[in-house]
Parts: sequence; structure tokens; C-alpha cells
Amino acid sequence: MSDLLIYLAAAVIAVPIAKRLGLGSVLGYLIAGFVIGPWNLRLITDVQSIAQISEFGVVLMLFLIGLELDLEELWKLRGAVFIGGGVQLGATGVLLSVGLIALGLAWPAATIAGFALAMSSTAIGMQVMEERNMTSTPAGRSAFAILLFQDIAAIPLIALVPLVAQVLGVGSRDAHAQPVWLSALIAVAAIASVIVGGRYLVRPILRIVAKADVREVFTAFALLLVVGIAELMSLAGLSMALGAFIAGVVLASSEYRRALETDIAPFKGLLLGLFFIGVGMSIDFGEVLARPAFLALLVAGLIAIKFAVLVVIAKPLGVARRQRLAFGALLGQGGEFAFVVFSVASAARVLDGQWVPLLTAAVAVSMAATPIVLIAADKLVARVARRERAADVIDERASVIIAGFGRYGQVVARTLNAAGYPVIVLDHDPDQIELLRRFGSKVFYGDATRLDLLEAAGARDAALLVIAIDDVDDSMQLARAVTEAFPDLRILARARNVRHWLELHELGIQQVERETFESALRTGRSALEALGVRPYEARRIADRFRRSTLRTLEAMLPEFRDERRAVARVRSGRDELEKMLTDDRSRRDAEHGAGWGQTADGSSH
Amino acid sequence: MPDAHIALIYAHPYAEQSLANRELLASIDDLTFVTRRSLYDLYPDFDIDVEAEQRVLAAADLIVLQHPVYWYSMPALLKLWIDDVFALGWAYGKGGTALVGKSVQWVVTTGGDVRAYTSDGPHGHPFDVFIAPVRQTSLFCGMHWLDPLIVHDAHNDREHVAEVGQRYRERLIGFAKQKPPTEFGNTHKATGTALLSTAIASPSP
Repeated sequence: MSDLLIYLAAAVIAVPIAKRLGLGSVLGYLIAGFVIGPWNLRLITDVQSIAQISEFGVVLMLFLIGLELDLEELWKLRGAVFIGGGVQLGATGVLLSVGLIALGLAWPAATIAGFALAMSSTAIGMQVMEERNMTSTPAGRSAFAILLFQDIAAIPLIALVPLVAQVLGVGSRDAHAQPVWLSALIAVAAIASVIVGGRYLVRPILRIVAKADVREVFTAFALLLVVGIAELMSLAGLSMALGAFIAGVVLASSEYRRALETDIAPFKGLLLGLFFIGVGMSIDFGEVLARPAFLALLVAGLIAIKFAVLVVIAKPLGVARRQRLAFGALLGQGGEFAFVVFSVASAARVLDGQWVPLLTAAVAVSMAATPIVLIAADKLVARVARRERAADVIDERASVIIAGFGRYGQVVARTLNAAGYPVIVLDHDPDQIELLRRFGSKVFYGDATRLDLLEAAGARDAALLVIAIDDVDDSMQLARAVTEAFPDLRILARARNVRHWLELHELGIQQVERETFESALRTGRSALEALGVRPYEARRIADRFRRSTLRTLEAMLPEFRDERRAVARVRSGRDELEKMLTDDRSRRDAEHGAGWGQTADGSSH
Repeated sequence: MPDAHIALIYAHPYAEQSLANRELLASIDDLTFVTRRSLYDLYPDFDIDVEAEQRVLAAADLIVLQHPVYWYSMPALLKLWIDDVFALGWAYGKGGTALVGKSVQWVVTTGGDVRAYTSDGPHGHPFDVFIAPVRQTSLFCGMHWLDPLIVHDAHNDREHVAEVGQRYRERLIGFAKQKPPTEFGNTHKATGTALLSTAIASPSP
């Protein structure tokens, strides 16, 4: 219990400090582990005590990656995954292996260690990308593709270790060693059972468990599911992480995807934190102190080779020029898989006992160095950019700020430009920005949901903010932050759908447009015209429809979170519209021509 | 074929419901020298293409304005059309001579009958009073004002509609054949105002 106290306290103290310093949470955990570990305060001496449970954090992480993986997206990324990932891993692995041989490691061990070191840290990479809002950029997609390839490639690499041990004739000869074909068969069967079971067994059970409507039981089942799959995989001699990943992919299309995600995410975060604390603790300070120069050489060589390969392949992968250095830094560290491979290789005696602590330390230090390398890369890019042109330093003061410069924001901006009003546009897709800048638009790179950037853009003095972001969550986040921080700033917003419209209105934003409504209405008019309705009549019908739906929406506002009432409201709104249109028509028919020969009291002349 | 060209500016928001206007249009339907602009069909959003309209007018010798009377005036879109198309520097003001020398033929229908348009009728004035704004607009832009064709009680007096339709047709054909604009007495029973087709010299503000 006291160990748990120490872990939690260390995390709670170290992580916020590290984040405050701009170093990221992963480094915070690593520092926490390092400080409480055997080489510093000696609060925890048994490094292995949390290894088992914290490794489960990696498993949960891969389950979540699987859940969030869009197979369509993967198919679109197949080139990046297999070519980009293959080239990155192959080139980096070979170069690192050669380097290790040069440092005196035997070639079989050097090959395994080299490829293990070529893997990057999914946890650090994904976290940094999320923090920097890079996931939807080409750099983010390529990084994700490479990480995905590494996740897949890690499995054969780990499986290779015992084979190398056999070839070398080292390690404990396992009496129960199975022939390769049997292992392969078991592996295939296990993966197949995860896919089939996930589809036909887990979903109905999920439905039953969800019906019970006890939140914690659902959470328990979600955890049980991942633990069970991990156990099954480990029995079959496969990577637990791979099994969890496949299960995640299988369940990604289920209706419980979001529920599973939100329930598992905190466990993942916490256990992954523990994992990094464990890594921090395992840095053998004795070895490091004994050969500091050698460790420094390892770290420098590791980062330099990985960084260089990544920057070189960034261009063919379509990463924007300004993001290539960040791309290299993002994946330039050693990863979690290296720790796993090292421990397996050490157990199989493929890797010399002297090398293991040094290599582990090198990976840990390279992970720790990621934020620093990133900051350095940013500084370098910023300096070059500043020399080229004043970029990203918002020096324009315009009265209209447009957040989001996709298809929607562009039309808004061009309309304003056409009328001679300058606008400041914020967007986080660097490709978009480069292109638009070339065409003379004033666009600035940055996450528009960040308040400090908005403030720099002049939100305090602006007459208007147009929220044209396509992502509903980002849009709401920005809307909430802005209405709170700049209550006087007038906001016009784009809504993805009715619910988004209602939520924006709930915040007091009056001018909200549903993004497809007007164009759909226009097509409705064209359809009426094609059917022979006069254009002006069609317009009047569309106008009435717009007014009526708006009225229905406004009536929904106070109670839209109550689904049943909202549905009833929509239905009655539809009836009202129909009645209105019929009344309108019959009134016009009756009115037509009548009354012009009479005074208002109806007396005839 | 005649050399003259006629631009028919037609404004009726609910054209399909107007028997009188439909019949009037039908009576001139086959005249190939008439370019018809149905404003409510062209601009249901009131987003008038001013240049296009000016081009049509520039090519015309006679401009026909046909519409029902709405509240002693014209339907809103036709008023907007005049506001936008008869622009400063084009139709009036310095250099605004584009319409000078053209003729205007006004063709209107009213819901009230002749008796409604008298000083003690519900509309309080003879219909002449309501002619004045359109006529003056035409004169101000240097155009000849032809005697208007007016259909009263358009919903009921079908016979009258047919009769005016016939005169409408004859007048357009006559104009196209470059007959000099003669005085067309408005033969309608009670309105009885014979307006001279007047050519007024270029307007000066």
C-alpha cells in the first residue's frame, strides 16, 4: 500500500511540474520513476514490483489504438504504413545494427538490438501529436502509419529472439519447445478466435452487460475483455499488445466503441504512467555513472540516426516542409517495445548482460530527450521561418477572426475579402496554410481552440469571431472557452448538425448556421422548379420551411437533452409546417382577386 | 420582319394564378420580336442582374411593363428592378441617356372594377392618379409614354380581358412595324382618360 502511495504521489508531483515546464507528461513520469527509484531516493527498490501491471498499460493503449483505428483510413494509408513504415524500420534498423557492431556487439545480438531500437515510442508519439493537434496533418498520419507498422513488426521481432538463441546455441534449451509450424498454427488460431469471438461473442455480451445499466460492471467487463484477450495471446505465445490491438479493431465498428473508449482510457493513462515510472526506475545509475561517455554516445547515435532517416523519408511521405524536423523528433526516440525486446533477449541470453542496462538507459534517456529535441526542432524551424517571412507571429489586426479554414471558413473569408474586410484566419493544417498563403490569404498556423493563440490574434478587440471548425468537439471546446474568456466577443458559428446547433445556442450564440442546410434547401427549391413549381413560389415554400424548422429548433432548446420530448417536438413541428403550407395556399387562392372592390368593412360599392 | 424590338418586362409573383395576365400574355405569345423577361421567374431571390437587364433594355425600342396593380403600385420586385436598373449615369443624371427616345407601354390589371376607382369609391381616386408615378418615371428618363392598357376587374370581366388582349397585340405589332406612335384613346368605359403620347426632352434634375 505504501508503494502505491509513493507511485501516486510521485506522479501527482512530477507530472504537473513537467507539463508546466513544457516537457510533457511522459517525461514527468520518467523523472518521477527515476527519483523514487533505487538509484536516487531509494523509496522503491524492487523495480519489478510494478512491471507486470504497468506493462498492461501498453496493452490497454494498443486496444484503444485499435478501437480508434479507422480501417478505411488504414487502407488509404496503406502506402504510408507498408512503404513508409518498412523503409523507416529497415533503414534505421540496419544503420543502428551496423553502429552496434562497430561498438563491439556480435552481429546477431546487434541485429536484434538495432531493430528493437529502431522502434519509436507509440505513447510519446501519440501524446505529443495530440498535444500539438497534429493527428489530422500529413505529418501526424505518416507518424501514425509508421507507429502502426512498428506495432505489427514488433511481434515477429520478439518471436525471432528464441530462434536466434537456438542458432547461437545459447540460452536454456526448452524441453517443451514446439516445432515452428505448431507455434504458427496456434498463433493463427488465437488471432482467428479473437476476430471471430470479438464479432459474434463479445458484442452480444456487451449488449447484455450494457442493458444491466450498471456503469462499473460495464467498465469491469471492458477490462476483463482486454485482460482475457491478453492472456489468450500470451498462452498462444503471441504479443499481448497485438491481441489487444486486433480486438480493438474488431470492436471499433460496434455501437459500444465510445463507451469502451471512455471507460478504458483512464486505466490506460494511469497504467501507462506506471509503466513510464517503471522505466524511469530501471535506469541503472551505476552503469550510467560507470560509462557516461559511452551512454552519451549511444543516445546521441540513436537519436541522430533515427532523426536523420525520418527527416529524409518525410518528404516522399508528403510531410510539410515546416513539420519535417518535428516529425523526426516525434519518432526519434527508442520505444516501449525496445524494453520488451531487451528483457526477452536478456532472458534468452542473446544479449550480453552488460549491454542490457546500457541500452535500456539509452532508450529511456532518448525518450526523456524527446521533448527537448522537439523544442530544439521548433526553435530551429521558427528561426528559419522568421528569416523567410514573419510566420505564425500574428501581426495582423483585423476585426474578423475565422477559426478553421476548410471549405466553410474559406467561403466566409472570401466573402469578407471581396467586400474589403481583412480577416485573420487560424488553422492547424500546415499544407492548407502553405497553399493559401501562396494565393495571398492571411492564414496563421495554430490550434484555434487554444485561447492564447486567439488572444494573440486579437480576440480582445475583434468585432467578430467566426467558428468554422468542422470537428464538433473542437468547435464546442472553442465556443465554451471563448464565451467564458471574451463574453463581449460576437460569435458566428458553423454547426455540423441539429444537436451541435442546439448546443451552440445553449451557450448563448445566436447566429449559428447548419452547414448543409442552406444548400440542401436550395436543391429542394431546384427540385420543386424541375417539377414545374414557379421559382418564386418555390422560394416562398423554402423560406417558410426554413422559418418553421428554425422555430421547431428554438422550441427544442429548453428540452433537447430529453430525447423523447425532442422527437415529439420535431414531429409536431412537421405537422405545423404542413398545416401552414396548406393554409397559406388556400388563403392565397381565396384572397386572389377578392376584396378589391370593397371597403375594409366589406360594404360593396 | 419589323426592325423594331420590344422588351416585355413582366412581374407577377403568382403568375400561374393570374387568369388575366396569362391571357394577355397568350395574346402576344407568338410575336417573335418580343423579348420576355419574367422577373419573378428570373430573380426569385431578388438578386437582379443589373447588367443583363440593361443590355435587354438598350437593345429595345419599346419597353412594355406588364403587371397586376399591388397596393396602388407595382409588385415589389418590379419596383426593385426599376430602382436598380434605371441607375444613375445610365438612365438619368450625368451621362444617363441609355433610355432616351425609347417608348414605354404600361399594361396593368386591377382587382377593383371601374366604380371602385372614383373619388367616392373605396380607393378614393380615379385610376389616373396611380398612373402618374410610372408615367413620370418614364418621362424623366426621356422615354415616350404610350397610352396605357388597363384591365379593371380582371378576375371577373373575362370579356374585357379578351378585348384588351386583342388591342395589346395590335399595338405591339403596330409599333414593330414602325407606325408612328399614335394617340390611342383609352376606350375603357369609365376611365376614359386619353393620355397623349408625350415625348419629353432629356431630363434635367
